[in-house]
Amino acid sequence: MKYIIFLLLFSSLTLIANSQEINNQDLVNKISKNIRCLTCQGQSVYDSQSEFSESIKIIISNKIQEGKSEQDIYDFLVEKYGEWIIFEPKFNKNTFLLWVLPLLLFLVGGFLIFRNFKAVK
Amino acid sequence: MKKNFFILGIISVIFFFFIVFYLGLDKENTYEPNIVTNKKIESFTAEKLFEDGQVKSDNIFSENKVYLLNIWASWCLPCQKEHDFLMQLKNTHSIEIIGLNYKDKLSNARKFIEELGNPYALSLRDKDGTIAILFGAYGLPETYIIKDKKIIKKYIGPIDNISIKEIITYTK
Repeated sequence: MKYIIFLLLFSSLTLIANSQEINNQDLVNKISKNIRCLTCQGQSVYDSQSEFSESIKIIISNKIQEGKSEQDIYDFLVEKYGEWIIFEPKFNKNTFLLWVLPLLLFLVGGFLIFRNFKAVK
Repeated sequence: MKKNFFILGIISVIFFFFIVFYLGLDKENTYEPNIVTNKKIESFTAEKLFEDGQVKSDNIFSENKVYLLNIWASWCLPCQKEHDFLMQLKNTHSIEIIGLNYKDKLSNARKFIEELGNPYALSLRDKDGTIAILFGAYGLPETYIIKDKKIIKKYIGPIDNISIKEIITYTK
């Protein structure tokens, strides 16, 4: 009986540890997909196997193990390399056109179509 | 009249995008990260290259003087070209040069120094490359001028006679 309890306890602990590891790896993958490779232009750190990308993956993994949040890790990398390192740019005075222009074109286009449609009717 | 205005509007938009994309053709599309200077360096612990034991960064850059941190590897060809300049700097000026060996085979790194000379007052190892990331490095070699635990200048790529002249001004 004791043996069975021990076995159950041990296997459930192993399962918990394993799932934690998988979660951490998922987060490393998620973050590294949004980080630009330092040496290979146009590739993410996740896709790249360059020396510096591998180092960044280790850094991300270490930071997650230290209990740092996803935003903390982005902030850390932006502090080291600038906004450039992140694929998805933040909304600020340099990038507002990038975010606003498609929406503006969509609204203007929608308005024109709506007006024409109404005129035809 | 209204129709003409509409056509003119469309032609202007097309012309605008044509100009933007045409100018974009000539633009260099390689991205370079910002060179972040004047920020405090982060604390780290590194293994020594030539002896056993570790050393803390707080104990390395502790004195009130200018340090030069050089990130290098034996497999990096530009590092070999740069080595003569580092030797020259070591022999002619009193600047403390710290070497950070990046992701290298220990035997290769030691052989490199034995053959080309040792310009470093202290040689450290960065086995997994994570220390170089703390400095914001993204290529080899890279050189940092550090004062009061702050990076005051960063050189990307091998240093040469021009950079040496500039480095000397920091030591004065």
